[in-house]
Amino acid sequence: MTMPDQIPANSVGVVSSSKLHFRDPLDLDCGVTLQEYDLVYECYGELNAERSNAVLICHALSGDHHAAGYNSVDEAKPGWWDNCIGPGKPIDTNIYFVVSSNNLGGCAGSTGPLSINPSVGTAYGPDFPIVTVRDWVESQSRLADALGVTRWAAVMGGSLGGMQALQWAIDYPDRVAHSIVIAAASKLSTQNIAFNEVARQAIRYDTSFHEGHYLDHDVVPERGLMLARMLGHITYLSDDGLHAKFGRELRDGKLNFGYDVEFQIESYLRHQGQAFVGRFDANSYLLMTKSLDYFDPAAQFNDDLTATLKRCTAQFLVVSFTSDWRFPPTKSRELVRALLDADKDVSYIDVDSEQGHDSFLLEFPAYHDVLHSYFARIAREIDQ
Amino acid sequence: MTALHPDQTIIAAWIRSGSRVLDLGCGDGRLLAALQREQGASGYGIEIDPENIVRCITNGVNVVQSNLDDGLADFDDNSFDYVIMTQTLQAVRYPHHLLHEMLRIGREGIVTFPNMGHWKCRAQIAFGRMPVTQHLPDTWYNTSNIHICTIKDFEDFCDHENIEILQGTAVDAQHRGGTAMRLMPNLFGEIALYRFRRRP
Repeated sequence: MTMPDQIPANSVGVVSSSKLHFRDPLDLDCGVTLQEYDLVYECYGELNAERSNAVLICHALSGDHHAAGYNSVDEAKPGWWDNCIGPGKPIDTNIYFVVSSNNLGGCAGSTGPLSINPSVGTAYGPDFPIVTVRDWVESQSRLADALGVTRWAAVMGGSLGGMQALQWAIDYPDRVAHSIVIAAASKLSTQNIAFNEVARQAIRYDTSFHEGHYLDHDVVPERGLMLARMLGHITYLSDDGLHAKFGRELRDGKLNFGYDVEFQIESYLRHQGQAFVGRFDANSYLLMTKSLDYFDPAAQFNDDLTATLKRCTAQFLVVSFTSDWRFPPTKSRELVRALLDADKDVSYIDVDSEQGHDSFLLEFPAYHDVLHSYFARIAREIDQ
Repeated sequence: MTALHPDQTIIAAWIRSGSRVLDLGCGDGRLLAALQREQGASGYGIEIDPENIVRCITNGVNVVQSNLDDGLADFDDNSFDYVIMTQTLQAVRYPHHLLHEMLRIGREGIVTFPNMGHWKCRAQIAFGRMPVTQHLPDTWYNTSNIHICTIKDFEDFCDHENIEILQGTAVDAQHRGGTAMRLMPNLFGEIALYRFRRRP
């Protein structure tokens, strides 16, 4: 098949990533300074002459910079938020210049545990410092400088990415016109931290982990990473969603009275776990879950979220999903309440969905109509 | 730009420019949009219907999805100049709580509601039927209007609850005033409109 047959008209098409090397040392929250680092990113659409149409996309725990389009004509699936970004889609690339970067500490090209530590000449591995959401915002602000973006029309993300969109509005009030915070929270719940800890223990107790130096032993803590992902997956979906998809369906149509895969859900989880092992680094996963746990912008302001948000000038759109129990609507409401108390412009919707936390990645009218209308409104502001 | 409902046009004239406004059950946000555009107002709408929320966003209005029956705990005392509720009072679970909540949050409250005392309603009751009118269009078993009252009922309630009525008017189905409505609002007014505050 030729390319036009494969790539839909409302796709950004074949895209390639870029990499920027930064030599300005970055002081991290943990006290370590990264002397230099790379950020890998993708861009879709064109920056306008006024530089007023830039949108920053922030990815979630296991996401990366490849948010839309295809990296090659052979790629089976487009970027992770392709249903949202493209010509005629909510973030219309005929209107917006979209930037999506891989977070520091990740494993998709930006400097992280797999990168060579210049001071020793080998990969950082477990010695890569734990980076925080604030550190990511700081690194992205330098990327914005390099791209000539002084102020984002919108910073947007789901889950951990939503936290980052919120942090942007707090750290750089003058550089964010709209902050779009989807399926996120102003800090993790105790239960959420607990899930992350189980995931970390699964990885760290894998005999192939070698205190994080598994690459030196030419192994990967496959079992642990797989378990972590399986656990995560259960929490990203709802009970109803799982039931609708798999029910109690048996793979072989009968019970085998053994411990191999019997129920379809088991097969699905194992498949998800195995696929993840092939594409994600265990040290990155550990680090990202810590960034999630540590996120608490109000901590710097006497735990007063309202006071924290006072400094923001952005307008906010907060979206939650009714069946999301990993980042439940109550957490979004807490954020909304603080934004109301701080007299900020905010709109909030709890979208009816059965698909749990993963809803934010899906395309369905009740959700995308909100994004469409919100980005159409931003576009009108840009035109004025 | 969507035209205001006639009761909203009357209300808009009651509101001082530059006010902070909370609109409960704001629908597509047209009242807030007009107040923002023409009177420099700011504020939020509360709405439960997702399609209306999308319309609010399109209309450039801050809207927060919420069920009024769950209360208004998200809002601080005295944080608005006006808390408005048009054509919604009769559909909420606890109207008396909500009216007090409106005056906790806002310096003044504004409500509009269909008047059950209108002669057409009285006539239908006199003939042994629950009223079905243009403003109360549903039958008894499927109506969302579960707390209907008359102008007299509302004024008695305010009196009893230490609520001072600052302004009140009644209009007919075409939202016109007139001598009959001024003299006998409870008999000839189809829609009642009130602006009120806590009695000082």
